[in-house]
This record gives sequence, C-alpha cells and structure tokens, in this order.
Amino acid sequence: MLKTLRKICQVGVVSEAAPPPDELLRARAALDESIRSVLGRALCIRHVDAGSCNGCELEIQALNNPYYNLEGLGIRFVASPRHADLLLVTGPVAANMEAALRLVYAATPDPKLVVALGDCGCTGGIFGERGATRGRVSNIIPVDVAVPGCPPSPARIIQGILTAIAGAGRAPA
Amino acid sequence: MPLAKWWDRARELPGAPRTRGLGLTAEDWSRCAADVAASGGRLLAMWASECGDCDNGATIHAAFLADRGVLVIELSVSGARAPAAEPFDYPGIESLFPCASRMQRAIFDVSRVRSSDPDRRPWLRHPPEGPELVRVAGEGVHEIAVGPVHAGTIEPGHFRFSVVGEKVLRLEERFGYTHKGVERRFTELPLLEGHRLAARIAGDSAVAYSWAYCQALEGMAGCAIAPRAAALRAILLELERIANHLGDVGALANDAGFAFGLAQFSRIKEELLRALSHAFGQRYLLDAVVPGGTRGDVSAATAESLAARIIAIGKEAAELRAIYEEHSGVRDRFAGAGILTPALASRLGVLGLAGRASGQALDTRIDFPSAPYDKLPPARILRQEGDVAARVAVRFDELAESCRLVESLLGSLPSGAHLGPIRVPADGSFATGLIEGWRGPVFVALEAGPEGRTRRCHAHDPSWQNWPAIEHAILGNIVADFPLINKSFNLAYSGVDL
Repeated sequence: MLKTLRKICQVGVVSEAAPPPDELLRARAALDESIRSVLGRALCIRHVDAGSCNGCELEIQALNNPYYNLEGLGIRFVASPRHADLLLVTGPVAANMEAALRLVYAATPDPKLVVALGDCGCTGGIFGERGATRGRVSNIIPVDVAVPGCPPSPARIIQGILTAIAGAGRAPA
Repeated sequence: MPLAKWWDRARELPGAPRTRGLGLTAEDWSRCAADVAASGGRLLAMWASECGDCDNGATIHAAFLADRGVLVIELSVSGARAPAAEPFDYPGIESLFPCASRMQRAIFDVSRVRSSDPDRRPWLRHPPEGPELVRVAGEGVHEIAVGPVHAGTIEPGHFRFSVVGEKVLRLEERFGYTHKGVERRFTELPLLEGHRLAARIAGDSAVAYSWAYCQALEGMAGCAIAPRAAALRAILLELERIANHLGDVGALANDAGFAFGLAQFSRIKEELLRALSHAFGQRYLLDAVVPGGTRGDVSAATAESLAARIIAIGKEAAELRAIYEEHSGVRDRFAGAGILTPALASRLGVLGLAGRASGQALDTRIDFPSAPYDKLPPARILRQEGDVAARVAVRFDELAESCRLVESLLGSLPSGAHLGPIRVPADGSFATGLIEGWRGPVFVALEAGPEGRTRRCHAHDPSWQNWPAIEHAILGNIVADFPLINKSFNLAYSGVDL
C-alpha cells in the first residue's frame, strides 16, 4: 500500500490541457445553441467499431490515460447507445456490421451526434468501398464530424469530439 | 511414414527460414497431416487459392510447424465435383487439428471449396437470420448474448454464454463482423504496395504483419535486406510488443478492480508512444516496415534517447510488477482464473503468448530465427499454470526481455543502409513470411501474378488457434470473470475476420 501511495505521489498530475475544437473537421451544421448548452457540461460517448483494424481503438483507449484525461472534461464512455449523446464510429463499415451500426444509431436518443474516426471511417481508407465493405461511415448513418488519420492521434480525436459539441468559434461550456 | 520423409521430398520455399512446400494427392494429404500430428507438429495456417489450370478449381494449402521447420502442403481440388456423389472437395484435418475447423469453414465462405468437416455452418458469411449456435438445455440454464457491439472500447464479436446461476456451462464465439475482404483487396494492390494493407489487418500488430509480408516479398524477389534494416525491424517489433504488453498489464489490473495499474501503465504506454512518434514519426508503427528495409532510420542521438526511455520503462514496469504481486485483491482475481491446462493447449494447438503461459514453449524467434534473432536469441519464457496470472507473468517477463533486446539492438546497430532496392518478383513466385508478433506467430503466404500484381495473399493471425481455447478456459468460471479472462488472451478480431 505504501509503495502504491508513494508511486501516486511521485508521478503527480500529468494531465494536459485539451486542444481547442477545429471547425475544419465538421461535416454537418452545428447543433442548435440550446441543445449544445445542455450537452456541453457532460457528454456520454458510445464507441462503435464498425470494421476497424483496432488501430483507432487503441487511440480511443488512450483518451482515458492520465495525459489526456478525457473524463476530466466531463466526457465519458458509456456501455450502451441508450445512454449516449455521441457515437464515435471507427472502421470502413463492414457489411457484417451494417445492421448492428443501424441498430445502435436507432437506439441512441436524439439529438445524437456522430463522429467518424480514422481514414477508414472518413473515406473507407485502404479497404475502400466494395464487396464486403460499405466504405465511409456516412454511407450508413449521418456524420457530424469526421476525423482523418491512420490512426488519428488522441489530441485530434478530442478535437473532433469537442468540435461536435461546440458551435463555430465557441469553446465548450 | 515418419515426418522426415515428407520433409525430404519437399522443395525449399523462399522467404521465412526453414520452410518447404510439397504438392500432394488427397490420400497423401491426409497421411501427411496425420504424420505431422503424430510427431507433435502444429497447424500454423490453412487457406485456398484459385487453381491456375482448372476451371473453378482451387488449391488448398496447410502450413504446419514441425521440428525441422514450416511444411506447406498443397492439394489441388477440381471444382467439378458432383454434389450428390461427393459431398466434399477435400478431406478436412479438423480431427487431427481442432483449430482447422473454423479455417475450413472460412475457406468455404471465401473460396467455395468444402472440406469433409461435418460442421458446415458459415463462418465469415453471416446468415440474415443470425448465427446458428449449439444450445444447452436443462433446468435453470439460460443464455447471455454479448455483442457484436460490446460495452467497452474493443472490437466487435458475438459471445453466447450458456449459464446456470453465475457459472458458465458453455461459451460459443461468433466472429466475422469486421470481415473486410482483405484477401481480395490484396489482389487489387501491386505486390510492392501490399505491406500497407498487411499492416492494417490488425493495427496492434502492424510491424509483425508488414514484416512477415515483406519477408515473403523479399524472399521471392531474391533480395536480402541489409543487417541494419533487419536490426531496425527487430527494434520496431519489440517496441510493438512492449507497447501492447504495457497496455494489457494495465487493463488487466483494471479488470481486477485495481485502477491504479491502468492509470500507471497507460501513462507509461503513452510515454512510449510519444517516444516512438519522436523516433519514427508514428505512434503506431503502421508504415515503418517497407519492402527492402524500413521507411526511416534512427540517428545515434535518437537511438540513445530511445534506449534511455526503454531502460526507464523496464525499471518502472518491474517496480509496478512488485506492487501487483503484493496486492492481495489482484492476486486473488488473477490466480486460478481461466485455466488452460498444458495438455489442452497442446491439443488445441495454442500459439504464442497464451501458449507459453500453458507450457507450450514455441517461440519462432528462437526456434526458426531470421536475422537478427539468430545472433541475438531472446530468452525462452514459459509457464505451466495456464491461468490469468500466468498470462500476466509471461507478459511481464516478455516486456523485460524485449526491453533488453531493444537496448542491445540500439546499442549495436550495424552501419549501412536501412533501405535497399527491391525487384519485382517473377509471375508465379511463391514465398512465405513468419514473424513472432506480440500475440504469437504471424504468417503470410504470398503468390505473385504477372507484372508485379498479387495473385494471392493469405495473412494468418495466431488468434485463429487461440480463440477456441477461450471457449474452454472460461468453463466453470463465473460470467463476471469473462472480461478478465478474455483480456488475458487479448486476441484479434480484425486479424481473423480478414
């Protein structure tokens, strides 16, 4: 126990300030101000891997490490789409995941935000759009913000999430 | 017939060291597989390729890991079978190697050639009415369906538990959700660009896959890579192993209710990823290995700072390991959970990290080494207990050993080029690649087409062999321990869905 406490004290707080939103990532018009003001304080995210290689998942997991400390911003991951305000969707949408992705979208309460993640989520990436893959996420469900990268860095993912809940030129509440 | 006779008849294959190929008749195919099984060999991979000289035909390939090396056997099957007369195209080998069953089902889904396996349920092609699963009946038995969308940030797959009370009576896995047509996609890419797709089959094993692909490509092109390139690739591979193990030992503590472990190890992993970004321009090494060598080189100063970082990580990991070992709650959750006995691991052909935690000694870096591992053999890490604690211990030991290897490789980098020229291989060339990724051996079989095109590429993840072992390891455990047991294996979904 002493060793554990000593380690916690030695390391201290390493969390960094979050990056600002980036309007260039926006794919759809921002939400109405009244809705944003409700979502701004605490956002619940459901992640959906719709066919990713697991690269984007590793960087999503990094959001909760002490450096990015996403929960410190009032943003957390939840276990069900029914509890979520925002869907974070990765992968070119595999044909075998299309039905599950539609169900998840339908199960998410309005107003729902969608952030498509990674080159595959944005364009289909190296896997493209053919046969077993449906390509970009917006081919299946509406997308608000698209964050490219293979995989995108945690800072870019946070920017994407903050952009989805922020209005033009306005930091999240 | 002893296995040696088949081995002596076989032709040398380029690419992975000590690999041979042998075309067989259907009778000999079954005999050879039986001889491999009798001599303690393992199934490494199975795949089908289109037959060049027969209509609708195919060639079935099976690669075995035997004492002398990797033996690839091939069987040509004609697509002209009369369905009523002959209910299958080739004799299945699932009774000798149980892990072959899913591979044979996947082969049918992709290539439409059928094995004699009585289990004919589709694997990659999902029927619209949902999966057909084996049901457990009895008083008080009920089912818990999990996935494909899971509660955590992980890949999609379906798990069907049959439980009585909290105890698991049966688990059946159903995958294929992330099937992206990878093997067809390879044939649309030039041979010299396939490494980029290989790296994205399982993003956490990008170095292992891209190296295995490049090993096959360079083998068929007859281009040996420079010693510096080989050393750099090994550094990248060991760094990938360290990064994944750091992530896993942290997540495992968290699943055991010790959030401190996740906080500390996810911090250390982040520090490593930042060091990788500085040294190689990427946090995850998806484009680091290229045909002919590596994309980038490291300067002496970078090598020094990276080595210092690795030494620091090794020290911190050892310090935290001691904390884990003194923590009674963590010990209680890890010890005795999800036991996979050595006998069962051997029967199921379990590979890699999970195998080494259950008495299966195989490590292809040691047993079939390619440069630079022939000069710098890793220590063999082996446990017999087969529980979550053993898989955690193997990770900690491998983490320390990989830190030692990276430090040693960085300190003795050969001079010379990190990237050499590569020729376009001749039409019809065939070669393999075999690299020990952090989960276990990653295997690539590559066949060249005309004008630098790809005729066939099969990439094989050790998760094919290891997923069925989880169905056994969970039996008798409680449902609430599944996340912990599953994480202790941490197998690939995208890597097997292809």
